[in-house]
Amino acid sequence: MAVALDKLSPDLREQRLREVEAAVARHRDKPGALLAVLKEVQGILGYLPEEALKKVSQGLELPLSQVYGVATFYTLFNTRPRGQHIIRLCESAPCHVQGAREVLEALKRELGIGPGEDTPDGKWSLELVSCIGVCGVAPAIMIDDQVYGNLTPDCIPGILASYR
Amino acid sequence: MRFYRAHVLVCAGTNCSLKGNRAVREALIREIEGKGLGEEVKVIETGCFGLCEQGPTIVIYPEGVLYCRATVEDVPELVDSHLLKGRRVERLLYREPTRPVAVQTVPELDYFKKQVRVVLRNCGIIDPDSIEEYIGQGGYTALAKALAMKPEEVIAQVKASGLRGRGGAGFPTGLKWEFGRKAPGGVKYVVCNADEGEPGTFKDRLILEGDPHAVLEAMAIAGWAIGANYGYIYIRGEYQLSIQRLERAIEQARRLGLLGQNIFNSGFNFDVEVRIGAGAYVCGEETALFESLEGKRGEPRIKPPYPTDVGLFGKPTVINNVETLANIPPIITRGAEWFRTLGTEKCPGTKVFTLTGDIVNEGLIEVPMGITLREVVYEIGGGIPNGHKFKMAQTGGTSGGCLPEALLDVPMDYDQLAAAGSALGSGALLIMDDTHCIVDVARCFARFFLHESCGQCIPCREGTLQLYHLVDGITRGTGTRQDLELIERLSRTMYVAPLCPLGQTAPLPIMTTLKYFKDEYLAHVDSRVCPTGTCRALATGHAAD
Ligand SMILES: Cc1cc2nc3c(=O)[nH]c(=O)nc-3n(C[C@H](O)[C@H](O)[C@H](O)COP(=O)(O)O)c2cc1C
Ligand code: FES
Repeated sequence: MAVALDKLSPDLREQRLREVEAAVARHRDKPGALLAVLKEVQGILGYLPEEALKKVSQGLELPLSQVYGVATFYTLFNTRPRGQHIIRLCESAPCHVQGAREVLEALKRELGIGPGEDTPDGKWSLELVSCIGVCGVAPAIMIDDQVYGNLTPDCIPGILASYR
Repeated sequence: MRFYRAHVLVCAGTNCSLKGNRAVREALIREIEGKGLGEEVKVIETGCFGLCEQGPTIVIYPEGVLYCRATVEDVPELVDSHLLKGRRVERLLYREPTRPVAVQTVPELDYFKKQVRVVLRNCGIIDPDSIEEYIGQGGYTALAKALAMKPEEVIAQVKASGLRGRGGAGFPTGLKWEFGRKAPGGVKYVVCNADEGEPGTFKDRLILEGDPHAVLEAMAIAGWAIGANYGYIYIRGEYQLSIQRLERAIEQARRLGLLGQNIFNSGFNFDVEVRIGAGAYVCGEETALFESLEGKRGEPRIKPPYPTDVGLFGKPTVINNVETLANIPPIITRGAEWFRTLGTEKCPGTKVFTLTGDIVNEGLIEVPMGITLREVVYEIGGGIPNGHKFKMAQTGGTSGGCLPEALLDVPMDYDQLAAAGSALGSGALLIMDDTHCIVDVARCFARFFLHESCGQCIPCREGTLQLYHLVDGITRGTGTRQDLELIERLSRTMYVAPLCPLGQTAPLPIMTTLKYFKDEYLAHVDSRVCPTGTCRALATGHAAD
């Protein structure tokens, strides 16, 4: 699981926040760079805590309300720590008619959690998303950046096991 | 330059990457080297051929033999038999469901017979990571030609071609460019819309994965035409491979002076930057896309002013879809007259469709505008698998309408599909067989709009919520006839009240299911029966007549 910022050791916390500042500085002169900055910050911290959003707001000279508004608008941004791996299951019609519902049930069974939840050990998060653009191999899921297609419920235990 | 006796093309599109294409390619190279054929046979990674369901696909030229579903274990036999002994490996040939024998070279396939490849001209043929191969196919000659013309002449050519935007709305591209040219202002922008979020659509991804330079070349031409020196490609974050290929292509083009300062010694400067989205369907809407590019929430703006007057960063902006742009280089090199020989009078050219759902050949096809749904489903798509019956086709993705069997012969272009109460949209085709419940998919459509409404305007935010609850209730066995009426009344409001087309089209797919499959809805509300047995809260079987 992405460790919450206030649970890090003071040294590590300072170091991470300096990395955040450096990322902000790198993009400062680009017009409209907020999305790219937030993406990098999330890459550093695993999520977008309030403290980091404040740094972004100061560094880019944008109102905190705008930064927070953007951080909560897009589905790829998280403002709370999520599991180490995020599973995104496509629930759009082409995947739905090819059996996404059964795949979701297999995921729920294996992980013991529902959509929007994280496993207690901090390993997994499960999300329902709209089309991820691989409908030719529906039904599909993404685990972090990796796509898996042509799924049946039987595929799920093996795929999850490959992350152990 | 070395000449090879044979070229082995392995699809490296995302869909095939899911099926172990990399391992197959590496095994091929090893085996070919091992047999001492390294000097004679070249293995190339290419973009998608379109037959995603059959992947990984391999084509061996010069004959153009198509092999499907090849695994690492098949590689020794492929090399030994085909490349050494010149004998095709029968069991791996692509089999068309309509034909008992597999005699499949690319030009012989029914699948390819009705297809015309303009947009996909290089996909599956060149190595997308090589600018030299793109140039070898005539790439960047359109840019050279355009730069020798006056911007007004370029615009006249695009206008004469009759090309209409392929992002969904079908707006005439030449006219849009003319508005952009005439807009006053020193700084202007060209934006490529690669956000592709319409469910069932993956054409832009495959164009970018297979032929990234085509889009860069077209953007530079658009820049010259309207007087812009900078372009942005806004692409969704999930499209990792496309992003990589684009970044590499931009570097290569800069290195050869095809992007950057003083292109072809014309004095024209143009450069391109890739910007990555963060997951929101509404950002595909052009003004929401600008907001997102400017680092804000992707909430659509009120129009007018239109983007060609006040667009990105408040400057005049021409925004085009990936597929629209990919049509530009051939229009410039081959001319408007040639382009008009394809397609229909009001919608010249081809259209790329993505076939999904219950169809044999799931994947990507390119056909002339005006082809009928029946030809696509039965001749190119190979029909409905597993002996089931066709139930309905949804054109234009989740924002499009659902058409029953009686409308299979409608010619597909922007105007004729709109007249039939549906939409061509992005070219996504979802085919459903008779085992699926129409109310259950309608619920799925409603959920999509509920999830993707940006929340800015009330008719959309509240309307999509109510629409979802009404349809959901029917699938749960609590729906009534009154709910059906409410759906219709709510839809009439939603067609007009929301601020952007997301909310305005949300009721369309649901209303078409209600129009063409009313009996199935009535079975749910009157008899509490789901005829296909999909809705688990209801009884299965046929409603008592
Ligand atoms: C909700 C919504 C989503 C859209 N998504 C896309 C998209 O993903 N890609 C796209 O090219 N156009 C999309 N459009 C259409 C664009 O607003 C715009 O018309 C298009 O980019 C113009 O390019 P074209 O003229 O080349 O089609 C969308 C429109 C709406 C209302
Ligand atoms: S519909 Fe699921 S990936 Fe497109």
